[in-house]
Amino acid sequence: MMSIPTPHKPWAMTPRELLYPTLLILASALATFFIVANTGFAGKLAYAAVFFTLSSLSLFFLKLRTVGQQAAIDSLASSFMLTAALLVFLPVASILFSTLQKGLPGLHPSLFTETMFSASYLDPVENGGLLHAIVGTLYLILLTVIISVPTGILTALYLTEIKGPGSRFIQFTVQAMSGVPSVVAGLFIFASIIIATPIKASGITGAFALSILMVPTVTRTAQEVLLLIPNDLREAGLAMGATQWKTVSTIVLPAARNGLLTATILGIARIAGETAPLIFTIGGSDKLNLNPFVDYQGALPFYVWKGLLLGTPESIQRAWTGILVLLVLVLGLFTIARVFGSRKVGK
Amino acid sequence: MSSDLEAKGVHAWFAKHHALADVSLTFNTGSVTALIGPSGCGKSTFIRTLNRMHEFIPSAAMAGEVLLNGQDIYEKGIDVTKIRLQIGMVFQKPNPFPSMTIGENVLSGLKLAQLKSDNKDDLLEECLVRAGLWKEVKDRLGAHAGGLSGGQQQRLCIARSLAVKPKVLLMDEPCSALDPGSTLRIEDTIRELASSMTIVIVTHNMQQASRISDYTAFFLSDGGPGQMVEYGDTSNIFSNPKDKRTEDYVSGRFG
Repeated sequence: MMSIPTPHKPWAMTPRELLYPTLLILASALATFFIVANTGFAGKLAYAAVFFTLSSLSLFFLKLRTVGQQAAIDSLASSFMLTAALLVFLPVASILFSTLQKGLPGLHPSLFTETMFSASYLDPVENGGLLHAIVGTLYLILLTVIISVPTGILTALYLTEIKGPGSRFIQFTVQAMSGVPSVVAGLFIFASIIIATPIKASGITGAFALSILMVPTVTRTAQEVLLLIPNDLREAGLAMGATQWKTVSTIVLPAARNGLLTATILGIARIAGETAPLIFTIGGSDKLNLNPFVDYQGALPFYVWKGLLLGTPESIQRAWTGILVLLVLVLGLFTIARVFGSRKVGK
Repeated sequence: MSSDLEAKGVHAWFAKHHALADVSLTFNTGSVTALIGPSGCGKSTFIRTLNRMHEFIPSAAMAGEVLLNGQDIYEKGIDVTKIRLQIGMVFQKPNPFPSMTIGENVLSGLKLAQLKSDNKDDLLEECLVRAGLWKEVKDRLGAHAGGLSGGQQQRLCIARSLAVKPKVLLMDEPCSALDPGSTLRIEDTIRELASSMTIVIVTHNMQQASRISDYTAFFLSDGGPGQMVEYGDTSNIFSNPKDKRTEDYVSGRFG
């Protein structure tokens, strides 16, 4: 019986090798404080810029000395990529932070049990609540998903699977649609439905307006996902005597399942916080309305908009808390979708 | 005979899975060594430890040494790109760069590794001649590589690896996606290249191993990690194997 040596990773950095880069980064941080304190640079941005320049340059020269020119350029490119990634992360973190910071003080239990029917936005924040807006937003998301996801996925299937007549025109239209300003979507529904037909402003007209925004997002993403499914799979299905629909429904769609879920989530993300399309279409009621087909409804973005518009400390506090609730609600929906959506997909 | 590449007690793991155990092999300059064995016996894993491609899999780990002219290629502080420059690789599926012309493909290594060449035209011709492709493509060097047949594409990939003048060429089932005619052309190419460099080839085709290789190593996994069962002159492995399992495999009784 031979003895088995312990597995190791000769390519991994040893603590010794990590020491120099770590020291250099620490030194860059110290030098940054020194430079910002003693020169004309000022502000947070200056810290970031000086620190990035110093640390990436010092790592560059370390590699240049220890390995060579090409490795040094490689390290510089890595530094740039890391910085870009951090730049993307920064606004997200700062949005989360300021929402929590400004929204939390207005959080109280009756937010989730009361409406603004008997309270004013100018009242102390303990009066009234946003149950009507939460219910409205949930209805809006549900109805918009019911309208947009099938429409979007079926359109994507037409464009990728059937590639029938008019594909190029539809493709062009979908692309153009994704550039429609959201307020135009609202105005369009207002003009074409609320004024021109007996249907009055309500939850469903709001969902129509949001669908104009969501359909192109879902379609485009679903299309990209479907194009990633290898053609071999389709051919394997067709070669067993399946019709195109059977192949698509039993092979292509399940294979694309996770990606289609992502398409849906991206679509929801696109519309959940939209205010402009709702201004003309949902009515913005302050009382609880459980029927999205009759009468005005409220919505969280609408509530936030109203609060900010009034401009008193109380109403602005309400707006921030509304943003916080909207953020948590949307994140919660995404988590649920991810957990349930990826459960059945094995490795 | 000088030995160019030497593996000493090489083990490989993927996370907890011990994929390859204790392989020691010496590859001599000017020889072709074939690695044969059924799927999952660790041949490809082994060949990828020889030019440090193994480490691209995040869960990978290894033990042992690989020496190139006496120097451990896993040594600390070594420039891994220089190692891969000397130990080239040809993959199972032909993979010419789609955005480049035939000529650009062959010379792409110069650009990628930032090498200089005094006379690119000569180098281009030399590589294509050595890969046995010159006659077929000399009039369309400016055409895109996608228009070539599978066999031509694979010879283009061989020519591409030759342009950076590697000492060793690793080939991971280079003919498994090709028709017999193209396979034969590539085998001729391999035989011609062998005079000046070290070639290690993984193959599922035993006739191919017996046609082109000087030495053969037989790998097998009995459910545990893959191991090298037997190594020797190709003629001995095929006509007079010492191990019963080798005999069963080369005579086609399993695998």
